[in-house]
Amino acid sequence: MSSEIFNDETKKVLVEPLVTNNPITLQVLGICSALAVTSQMSTSLIMALALTLVTAFSSAAISAIRNHIPSSIRIIVQMTIIASLVIVVDQCLKAFAYDVSKQLSVFVGLIITNCIVMGRAEAYAMKNPPLESFMDGIGNGAGYSLILIIVAFFRETLGSGKLLGIEVFKLTKDGGWYDPNGLMLLPPSAFFIIGLIIWGVRQWKPKQQETVEFKIMSIAHGEGGHH
Amino acid sequence: MLKCQYTEKLCSKLEEYEQYRKFKAYCLKVLALSNDNLEKTIAVAVALCLVCAVLVSLAAVALKPLQISNKELDMKKNILDVAGLLQADSDIEKVFANQIEAKLVNLETGEYAEGNANEYDQRKAAKDPTQSVAIPKDKDIAHIRVKAKLAKVYLVKEGNTTKSIILPVSGYGLWSTLYGFLALDADGQTVQSINFYDQAETPGLGGEVVNPKWRALWKGKKVYAESDQASLEKGLIEEADKGEPALALIKGTVDTSKAGSQYQVDGLAGASLTSTGVTNLVRYWMSKEGFATYLSKVRTVAEKKS
Repeated sequence: MSSEIFNDETKKVLVEPLVTNNPITLQVLGICSALAVTSQMSTSLIMALALTLVTAFSSAAISAIRNHIPSSIRIIVQMTIIASLVIVVDQCLKAFAYDVSKQLSVFVGLIITNCIVMGRAEAYAMKNPPLESFMDGIGNGAGYSLILIIVAFFRETLGSGKLLGIEVFKLTKDGGWYDPNGLMLLPPSAFFIIGLIIWGVRQWKPKQQETVEFKIMSIAHGEGGHH
Repeated sequence: MLKCQYTEKLCSKLEEYEQYRKFKAYCLKVLALSNDNLEKTIAVAVALCLVCAVLVSLAAVALKPLQISNKELDMKKNILDVAGLLQADSDIEKVFANQIEAKLVNLETGEYAEGNANEYDQRKAAKDPTQSVAIPKDKDIAHIRVKAKLAKVYLVKEGNTTKSIILPVSGYGLWSTLYGFLALDADGQTVQSINFYDQAETPGLGGEVVNPKWRALWKGKKVYAESDQASLEKGLIEEADKGEPALALIKGTVDTSKAGSQYQVDGLAGASLTSTGVTNLVRYWMSKEGFATYLSKVRTVAEKKS
């Protein structure tokens, strides 16, 4: 491990998860919370920050003891570390950002089961040194945050005409021109937005397109027609 | 162990050191074991649990006072808000201490009850079988199943006179139980404001119960019907007889030119189930099951004075 904080490896793990290896759009992990908290920008921002911190610190901690984790209980060990960190984050939110913690309610606790945190622990932190793992956590957290912010931007502006609680479009019910799209406030809308983002990214970077595992057989020219 | 030849204090220190050395040696031995070894697996699990437990308990214990004061401050803020006393720069603690008085009310008799009102938690009491009563199914229009025997009300004082009464209300909406306060004028009839501090309705639809613009519509509305069949032409639920709670949310916008509009509040657009829930919870808590007995006593006392 080089003494520099920003060596090639840390730079790579910081930047790659933003677009080229984004946990949501490429790996399609962490979708559950991306649906749940993105109806408002403020909750999304706090959720993104909380998840980034938890991923970074849990990856660093797991990486620090990776050579002594018995393989038979490694998932439980990872879960214990992640769960402890999530509880600490939840307690801090309740103490220092009470209003936001009320809005996020159970979703902070559900970071424990967020696939990104577990995924990074298992895929990266178990094999790499602590500093790189920490940066990998930050990078993946940032990739998750980026998508969350984009989704929240569309959902809040189109769904309630606001951004961070400040009015952007004047709603018809308040005498303005914009008739809000109620679908945007419901979780399924995040599916559509994330789907569109994934489509966009894969058009831009065709490398991300997956090869088809099974070809759907065409029966139009088969032994179908004996008329 | 060798017989110790120094003073007692030194000896115990030496013994401690000896134990520490043994512990360290054991740790190193375990760490050197293969990861698949059973002893190491157990040792790692125990050590990890200890470290994590300490971390979690430290955070919980150290932050507890802050969390409790946050919760109390938040509740006081909500009460001042519904009382119309909340200004951006006001000192919540001070205003609350000067102008708000918490009191316990026995819902059955309508009398004030003994007890430390400041310490009383009505939501906790509702869950405690000794302090609560089950609500008969046919009367439970707010779908809350149980209610505390004692309710915690807040009186807004101006000098010695009570300016308004703040009543806790709760009831089921679409997804969640809504908890809030309804502020009435001292006549126990005219609404001052309503405020929901805990709800999980759909943001933007039912969640608009917290919208200040919608909440402002409640000001000046009347709770109890002053004539028979207080009309609710487009009402979500049926009309009320004289003296019964008549206040209701309607579909669409209230036509103020029509008779009975003083009992009507605009429904929430796109949230008819939450609107029905709000109507039901207001009607429930204003009925004899809720605060009707108490409010009628407040009214008689006020009339005697004047």
